[in-house]
Formats: sequence, structure tokens, C-alpha cells
Amino acid sequence: MSPTETAAVSLADVSMAFGGKTVLESVSLDIAPGSVVALLGANGAGKSTLIKILSGVHTDHGGEVRVAGEPAALQSPLAARQLGIQTVHQRIGEGIVPGLTVAENLVFEELAQRRGNPFLNGAKLLARAREIQAGLELGWSDALLKRDVTELGISDRQLLILARALATRPRLLILDEPTSALSAAEAERLFALVEKMRDDGIAVLYVSHRLGEIDALADRLVVLRDGRLTEDQAKPFDWDAALRAMLAQAQEATTARPVREGTAGEVALSLRGVRLFEGRTPLDLDVRAGEVTGVVGLLGAGKTELARGLFGAEPFAAGAVALDGKDFAPRRPADAIRAGIHLVPEDRHADALVPGWSLAQNISLPFLKSLSRLGLVNTAKEDALGRDTIAALGVVTRDEHSTVEELSGGNQQKVVVGRWLAETPRVLILDEPFRGVDIGARRDIGRRARTLAAEGAAVLVLSADVDEVLEVADRVVVLAAGEIHLDAYGEDAERDRVIQTISASV
Amino acid sequence: MTTAQSTPAKTATPSTTATPAARVQNAVIKYGFIFVTVALFLYFALSEGSFRESATLLDTLRYVSVAAILGLGVTLTMAVGGMDMSVGAVAGLGVSVAAQTMVVYNQIGTVAIVAVLAAGAVVGLLNALLIVVLKIPDMLATLGTLFIVQGLKLVLVDGQSITPGMTLDDGTTAPGKFTEGFLKIDRGTVLGIPISVLVFGGLTVAAWVFLARTRWGRVLYAIGANPEASRLAGIRVGAYRALAYVLSGVLASVGGLILASRIGQGDVSAGTSQLLEAVAVALVGTSVLGKGRPNVWGTALGAVLIGIITTGLTIKGLPYYTQDVVEGAVLILALVFSFTLSKRRTA
Repeated sequence: MSPTETAAVSLADVSMAFGGKTVLESVSLDIAPGSVVALLGANGAGKSTLIKILSGVHTDHGGEVRVAGEPAALQSPLAARQLGIQTVHQRIGEGIVPGLTVAENLVFEELAQRRGNPFLNGAKLLARAREIQAGLELGWSDALLKRDVTELGISDRQLLILARALATRPRLLILDEPTSALSAAEAERLFALVEKMRDDGIAVLYVSHRLGEIDALADRLVVLRDGRLTEDQAKPFDWDAALRAMLAQAQEATTARPVREGTAGEVALSLRGVRLFEGRTPLDLDVRAGEVTGVVGLLGAGKTELARGLFGAEPFAAGAVALDGKDFAPRRPADAIRAGIHLVPEDRHADALVPGWSLAQNISLPFLKSLSRLGLVNTAKEDALGRDTIAALGVVTRDEHSTVEELSGGNQQKVVVGRWLAETPRVLILDEPFRGVDIGARRDIGRRARTLAAEGAAVLVLSADVDEVLEVADRVVVLAAGEIHLDAYGEDAERDRVIQTISASV
Repeated sequence: MTTAQSTPAKTATPSTTATPAARVQNAVIKYGFIFVTVALFLYFALSEGSFRESATLLDTLRYVSVAAILGLGVTLTMAVGGMDMSVGAVAGLGVSVAAQTMVVYNQIGTVAIVAVLAAGAVVGLLNALLIVVLKIPDMLATLGTLFIVQGLKLVLVDGQSITPGMTLDDGTTAPGKFTEGFLKIDRGTVLGIPISVLVFGGLTVAAWVFLARTRWGRVLYAIGANPEASRLAGIRVGAYRALAYVLSGVLASVGGLILASRIGQGDVSAGTSQLLEAVAVALVGTSVLGKGRPNVWGTALGAVLIGIITTGLTIKGLPYYTQDVVEGAVLILALVFSFTLSKRRTA
């Protein structure tokens, strides 16, 4: 951007905190008109918060937002739109209105804000819709415009939302993971549109974890990590540096590699020909007892699919798994738990914790049977188990009767991990166990994982953060798009090599 | 109703906001309903002599026992995050089945009881099939069953009430009648307490133990609060939800037995008014003790509260047809307690 040119939208020193936890820390960013700026960041880095500030959802932030050089008050989503900031959200379902026609959906924003005459003029509405689709060269016939919007496929819905956003001639268009539901060919169509927008002088903020897309589309790349902008590059991009800024801790935060405490035992889990995604090469993997196996990969690499498949939450489409040499095909989590395979899921709120329940009750949930006689829950035993877990993992809490909501994120995570330690697991799978967890809790959980391995369990840690994995794992496996790209022990699993493998696999 | 459920074990609300105003509000939410009940009770007792008689009080309990038992079933389904709209219809079906068994087929009361309970279990299984296997939303599925069961009941009795001594299709006279023993369910007493009230009390205690003290009850609440977390904790979510609906069906048929015994004939319209009362009682129950979630004692107290109000107002001379208005108002008030006020408390 030349110094004389005014930024379409600029952020100056923007900060945001939720309940004392800083999510964005003095972020400054100028977005020039007619440019595509890619925003990268791991989960929880603050991307969505930034988007929500720009789209007028979060209003109580620090710092200043300027639109075309003027200080702007983005007090509501409507205010943001009126100032020319349009956002296309990841979830397409949030944008379309089922039951209305394609044309009505295209002009929906104008319909919703219209004053005066309450009666719809079908002909006028159709004419306007025609105009919008022509402007984007969508090539949609009148017949299609008159159909119910639910008859459109997912990529056409995405285009519709985009067209609607562009019909207002925005200054800044925010695209949040726009290709996550599209096929390669459909994505191409979207890219052509994005390029057309840029040529029309629209500024585009492009949020995606697909590095290939960013490489092809973006003029500039910024990385957000833990609420700070850590990287700002112009084309051509240095991907190693970008990934390092996005995935790796600052050097001083990392600790020495773990020293193997047990000896690598026999194979506990053996995967043969397991297919994580349609159309990808099946993978083979042996997970050994007595060690921590770390699986690193970006979002969408297949980590969660691997974890949920082994746990029986979403059985694998193809392939065979053996547990201690015997065929193992869990049809539901209960089967896996009975076999000694335990999972700490990625999203503790959605998939692990029961809201409103006490710590003791949350911990005992999977093993209520062994705490009951004739069906009656022995609450004294249950409380004792809760206290043991609190002590074992160093959970910071008033006592075992506190509700989980009273705990910090890190301590909630300790509860979720701790619940599986009531019965020594054969295999413990930890999916993103350190997300939203402070450094102290991370150490405690990591230490616990290593102790378990030393006691003979097979521990599988899955994470997008290279350093988190290196901190805890004896062995590192790099996963990308459902395929294994690196499988190395100790010194061979060196940090730069892991990062290079990830960036080469993109 | 699915947001903030927990088991009744020690989850006392932490009084972190201890301003006097907040404390008053907490007290209002927690004890407001009991206070209103006691105040109304005293008012009726002091102003109307007949209200004070123990016969009136027992009659009130006897009157609410059907809605209360149905409400216990609704409470179980609400615990798993669902709802059972079919309970009133199941009770009505129970009346017809009882009449059919004893009057038309000339069977003894025990057979009738077994037949009625079995019918309730079958409807519960049907609900479970629709909701758990066919994934129909609970409210809609049980609404559908409501219509089917109500229709089935009419088909069963050819659309007419079954009375002892009535003429059957083949021209003969119905051979049987409601047996003495069966009629005692509602009319008989033990130590002066009506058997139906004892059944109500016994089932309340049993349901409380089941829901609040056993692991099965704990699991039901877990499913209601976070089904996916429950599944990933190794719980067979579908099986437990099915269990809740089957238990609800059986409890509703127990209500039907009491109703049949009370009416003494196969009244085709029986059970119709119980549906809304049962749902209302369970919803009032979520707020009676300020818990904001379905719970057994709340449901039982809610039923008694509604009983006191309707009996009191009847004695006061309010016409019977205003009863629905009053019950509706009580329900709305209860919902204000559980949603509006408790939301503000946590905000």
C-alpha cells in the first residue's frame, strides 16, 4: 500500500478480553482497497474474535477501528454492514432463509431493511435479483431464481451468500473459511469471484487454513497467535516462517524433550488400511504401549477422525484395528471404554462436561457402575474419587462439589483428563488436550500422560501445535489430509523437520 | 429445560453475589412457591371451615394423584431432555382397557391391572421407537401417539362408554362389571388414607430414589444435560431414553387405573384433561424448589399446589369452568420463576 492511499479498513491497537482472559492484544492492521489479505491462526488464536469485532458483533473492545480513514463505531452487525463491511460466515446455513426463493434470498438484506410499502412486488424483486446475479456472472436463469433456495447445492448457496454480500458494494469483504464445504472445482469458481472483487477495488480479508488457496489468492498474509499478530508477509510467502509463527511456541516457552521413562512396549493398537477420508490413501500405524505417540497436523488433517474412529464414536469407513493382537471394531464408545480405550475429546464443553454438575459427578460419569451397589450411587466413594483426582492432577478448586463452571479452562481440562484415570487405561487418546489451557495446567496434564505411559499405557496425543507435541511425545507422527508424512522418534523428530514436513505436505 | 440440569446431589447455588437484593431474589426463587402454597392453604383454611376438614384435604390429594403420577412420568422424560405429551391419552386408554377387560371379557381386577400396565408399556415402547430409532422430535412424536392412542381407545370400545350391563354388538348383555377390589383402588382406604393417595406417595418416593439416588437416574440427567458427552462417556444414550419413555408410559397407565377405579366405567372422554395438567405439574415442578430442572419432589409439590388452589377456589364458589384459567395462570407464574427470574440471577 502506498503511503498516500487510505486503507479501506484499519485496526489500531485493538484489544479484547473475555472475563479477564485476553483474546486479542493490541492488534493493528491496515487492509488496503483492492487487496486480498489472508489471516492465519490456529484454533483459539483470536481469528473469530477479530472477525466479530469487524462485523459489529463484539462492541466492547479496546483500540480503534477506522473505515476509509474515519473512526467508525461498529455498534451492531447492521452498523458494520452500513459502513460497508460484509461478512460471509463459515456456516452457510446461517445465511440462507429456507422457504424463500433464490431471488428472495438474493435481495433478502434489502427486503429486511425496507421501509414503507409492505407488499412485495414480485417482478421488481426478480429484476433486482437478475441484476445481482448478472453483476457476478453467475449465469443463473430466471427459472433457477424462482426455485426454493433449499434446492440449491451447497456450493451454489455459498455463491448466493457471496453475491448477496457483494450486491451492497462493500468496502471490505470478510470470508471465513469459504471453501470448507466446496469441492476443488467449486472452489475454483469462488477464487475467480474473489479475484474479480479485488480488481473492482474491494478489500478482502480471507480467513482459511488451506495454505494452497492462500498461496494462490492472497497478496499479503498475517498470522495471529494467542491474540497477537506475529507475522506479516507480502507475496511471495515464506511458508516455513508463517507456519512457525502460527504453530510453534516462542522458543523460550519450550522445555527439553522428554526423557523416555519406560521402555517401548509391545504394540497396543495396530491400524491396517484405515481410511480417514474418502479418496485418500489408507494408513497403517502401530501405537505402542509404554510411550507417548504424538500426532501433529493442521486442522482437517484427520486427527479428530482418527481419535473418534479408535474410540468408536464414528467408526472408520474402511480398515481394520487390532487391540493387543485381537480384532477390535468398537461400534460405540461404550465398547472402547470396556476395552480400556479412553478418549479426551477435542471440545470439552460439547463432548465431555455435563454443565451444572459438580466435579465429583463429572469425574464419576463413565464409571458409575463401579461406584454403585444395587444401582444406588455411593456418594461417599464418589466424593473420594473426586478428591483423589483433584490431588493427582492438581486441580485448583474449592472442593469436589464445585460445579465445573466455577473452574478455569485449564482446570476443567484436568477434570476431563482425570475422569479416565479412575481405571488405568490401556490406551489413552488425548485430542487437543492443551487447547485453551494455561501453561501450568499443560505441564500437569503432560506429566500425567508421561506417567501413564511409564506405567505401561499407550498414550496418543493429537495436536496442531508442534511444540505441545514435542514437549510430551516420544514419537512424532505428522498427519496431513488423512495420510502419514513423517513417523520419527527422538532426535529424528526434530522441530524444524516436523514443521518442514507439515509445510511440504500442504 | 435442557440447559442447566444436574442431579439433585450437592449442587447448592454458590452465593457469590451476596448483595441483599440478590439474596432476597434467591430466596424468592427457591422458596417462593412453597410460600405461596402455604399462604394460600392458610387463607383457605382460615376463611372456609369446610376446607379444614381432613376429608377435604384427603380428597384434594386423591384428586391430584392422577395428574401427579402422570407428571412423574413427564418428569422422567424431561430429565432426558425430552417430553411426553401422550400421558393423558395413555391414562384414557387405561380406562378403556380396564373396562373392556372386566366388563366385556369378564375378567378379575388383577388381569385388568396387568392389561392396563402392559398397554402403557406398549405405548411407551412406541414413543421410544419413534423418538430414539426414527429420530422424530419428542414433542411431535408423542403428540402423534396422543392422537393414535386416543383414536385406538375409541376403536376399542366402538366409540361408546362401556358400562356394566350394557348391550354388546352381538345382542348379549355385557357379562362382567368393575370388580369390588378394582374399585377400591380409588375408593378404598388404608388407615384412613385413600389407596390412590398411598400409590401417589409411594411412586413419588420410588421415582425420587430412582432419579436422584441411582446411577440410572444420574445417567438420565446426564443425557438431558449433554447427550454427546454422555455418549462419549460410554452411556447407551438411546437405551436410556427409551427407558424413560417406557417408564412414563407405565406410570401413565397407573394413573389410568386410578381414573378407571374412580369413574367406575369405561368413559370415552377419560384422560383428556389429565394431559395438560400432567405437563403443567411437571413444568411447575421445575421451579417449585428453584432448581430450574425437572425433579420429582417439585412435581409432587406442584401437583399438591394446583390441588389446593382448585379445591380452595371451588369451595370459595368459583365455577368449575374457571379452573383451567387458574391452572394456566399458575403454570405461567411457575415458568416466570424458572426462566425469567433464574436467568436474571445468573446473568
